[in-house]
Amino acid sequence: MAWVRRHLLTFAAMVTLFILLLPNVVVALFSFNKPNGRYNYQWVRFSADAWANPCGTPGICDSLGLSLRIGVTASVVATLLGTMVAFALGRFRFRGRATTNLLIFMPMATPEVVMGSSLLTLFVAMGLSTGALAILIAHIMFCVSFVVVAVKARVASLDPRLEEAAADLGATPVATFMKVTLPLVAPGIAAGALLAFSLSFDDYIITNFNASPSSITFPMYVWGAAQRGTPVQINVVGTVMFVLSVGIVLTAQLISRRRAQKA
Amino acid sequence: MSNAALPSAGPPPARRARVNWVPYALLLPGLLWLFVFFVVPMITLASQSLQEGDVDNGYTFTGNVGMYGQALQAYWPQLLRSIGYSGTATVLALVLGYPLAYFIASRRGAWKNILLVLVIAPFFTSFLIRTLAWQTILADDYLPARFARAIHFTDLLQLLNLSENSSLLSSKFAVICGLTYNFLPFMILPLFTSLDRLDGRLLEAAGDLYATPRQTFRHVTWPLSLPGVVAGTLLTFIPAAGDYINSKLLGNTQTVMIGQVIDAQFLRVLNYPLAAALSFVLLVLILSLVTAYVRRAGTEELV
Repeated sequence: MAWVRRHLLTFAAMVTLFILLLPNVVVALFSFNKPNGRYNYQWVRFSADAWANPCGTPGICDSLGLSLRIGVTASVVATLLGTMVAFALGRFRFRGRATTNLLIFMPMATPEVVMGSSLLTLFVAMGLSTGALAILIAHIMFCVSFVVVAVKARVASLDPRLEEAAADLGATPVATFMKVTLPLVAPGIAAGALLAFSLSFDDYIITNFNASPSSITFPMYVWGAAQRGTPVQINVVGTVMFVLSVGIVLTAQLISRRRAQKA
Repeated sequence: MSNAALPSAGPPPARRARVNWVPYALLLPGLLWLFVFFVVPMITLASQSLQEGDVDNGYTFTGNVGMYGQALQAYWPQLLRSIGYSGTATVLALVLGYPLAYFIASRRGAWKNILLVLVIAPFFTSFLIRTLAWQTILADDYLPARFARAIHFTDLLQLLNLSENSSLLSSKFAVICGLTYNFLPFMILPLFTSLDRLDGRLLEAAGDLYATPRQTFRHVTWPLSLPGVVAGTLLTFIPAAGDYINSKLLGNTQTVMIGQVIDAQFLRVLNYPLAAALSFVLLVLILSLVTAYVRRAGTEELV
């Protein structure tokens, strides 16, 4: 009975994992397709054309460039702002803590369509034009909360004795922060930055409300393509992103494992 | 002491505490950003819903709440549908996600990390591309649809009014599947965090006290994983309720969700007051559902 139970769990877990990964496999597979019409839904025959010419359809690489620029800028700013807030929450007792927590939590509990449309009403009310800058502002806004959550956990689990030891050994507060605190919190900051980048890079709904015809991000390009015909290059970009990020995450884990073994 | 800022760790300072400006300086930029670009827009959204006029001639604030009645009367089916779809998807995600979260939490060493990476890995490909992939997976002449027809699953779907014909695509079924799939990692990660913290000795103790595996799950594992269940269901339900990517790409004209209406009214019809009113209704509806849910989970289940 116990054997059946254990394997039932394994089976159920594998089914879920299969559902999670199946679309990624399909995306990768269809990046080698040569579709007959404008839509890349039906498998026709093998071809590496799209891989040989990833910028081969107009607009795709421009939109990719814009998304990367917005993603990097938004994640850098959001990581900076979010890390500061996380240190304040993890390190200090102060008045207004509950309000701060609520303000951090709210953007995560609000549907994207509400955030996107409300920002649009702000820009309309202020008479400001939408576009790349508006998108950047919006992305920083919804990324900050996620960075705070990622970094706060790390700051809270920090052993205060390590910093005390540094101070006892004559380190200045700045040196203690740079040589002890920051390296210990760094994995949390890295996780927050990575999360912020992927949230920004992947966002469609909020972006769509604040974009202009001259600021087409990659998700907007894909959305447009879904209505007009999907070029195979979209699958190439999706596959490259997938392989690159899984590679980065696995390498990071390998490095931290090596370090842990050395220490 | 109440207005004093103290480091949370370490011994309390002997001298009289004074206001420490450091935490406020750290908070200021981040909170200011959230205030200006999250709180203020909520106010302009509410204000927009009470204005009259049009895009060309500008809007004036009249305080007319009539737009809310108009919006609810015209779009209550889409609003209810959104809640229904996202509620169903949340339950499905819980049923699918729990075994995997439990499985990962019970692994040791490298396997645990590899499985976790596999759970978050889909995030790294744009979710629009992945949703488009479902159009291929569920397409009429591929294996899943053929199999579903062979075992009369499609007939069952039609019977349950989840599909209008013998295909899987462009149906309620496809939209709910898409929503479940898209927000599954948001369910699994908090569940995993809760289950990973579970003390294995408690399960052994339950076994030692002659609890059946079923009783152990019901009285030990499940109650201890409730914080993860609450967090996971919220992280799935909230974004799913506002989502319209899945209903647009995988559904038909009968599966239009409220987000799609808000998007169309804002960006194509340009009826800003109506769209703002709908947006505000959605926000209030979700916040009240979430508050009621957290209260219930907090008082009756979490004790």
